[in-house]
Amino acid sequence: MDRIPILRMGHFLLVTIQIDLYDRLATNLESDLVQMVNKTEAKGVLIDISALSIVDSFMGRILGNIGSMSKIMDAETVVVGMQPAVAITLIELGLELKGVHTALNVERGMELLKEKIGSYDREPEDDEDSTE
Amino acid sequence: MRIEKEQDVVPFRNRVKEYAVKIGMSLVNQTKLITAASELVRNMLKYAGGGTVLMEVISQTRDTGIRLTFQDKGPGINDIALAMKDGYSSGKSLGLGLPGTKRLVNEFDIKSIVGEGTTVSILKWKNG
Repeated sequence: MDRIPILRMGHFLLVTIQIDLYDRLATNLESDLVQMVNKTEAKGVLIDISALSIVDSFMGRILGNIGSMSKIMDAETVVVGMQPAVAITLIELGLELKGVHTALNVERGMELLKEKIGSYDREPEDDEDSTE
Repeated sequence: MRIEKEQDVVPFRNRVKEYAVKIGMSLVNQTKLITAASELVRNMLKYAGGGTVLMEVISQTRDTGIRLTFQDKGPGINDIALAMKDGYSSGKSLGLGLPGTKRLVNEFDIKSIVGEGTTVSILKWKNG
């Protein structure tokens, strides 16, 4: 069965959606991601949707679900790269993508994630510094 | 075009896009039309198990547009006014489908007979 690859990078999971998802693929991604968050103890999930030409209410719900589920699993979700036309359409449709953070591109998304989990990352380092 | 299963959704959206590109619709309007079409086709699959979609290019003196007519033989909608209300859903969804779709297009027409089926027709002008 087709799957969207999930890449692990340090504390983060990266997902790049390159094709227009049909429903099964999207729901698979949702469950795969949550399981990966559990398995890898990831602190952040970054989803790149720059290749998606449309996001309808179903896809919006999937993104929202991923955000909420990850949140419960103690991970932050950032959706990056939304096309302007998609953003206009989403808002007119009435979908606000609550529960997920957004950033303009992957780079900013990574920064945002690092900021969000910053306290978690820094504490052990601070301890090391103080012992030196 | 017949829609019977969820795998039909993406090819259907691509067809709509082809038409929209052919008449030179702007990217934002394309996206709105395709999103609206996607919502309606999902409704059709979810509540009626499929149906047919008719695609037409409408030419008038001032503007060109695309009309999509979605026809199913599902259970029909009991209270259209209620179904058109934001936040209402008989199924398990956000309840944005119909009212949201209406906001995305220029013309929206819905007819439904309980027990016989539902027909939804939308029209998006190229520059609308």
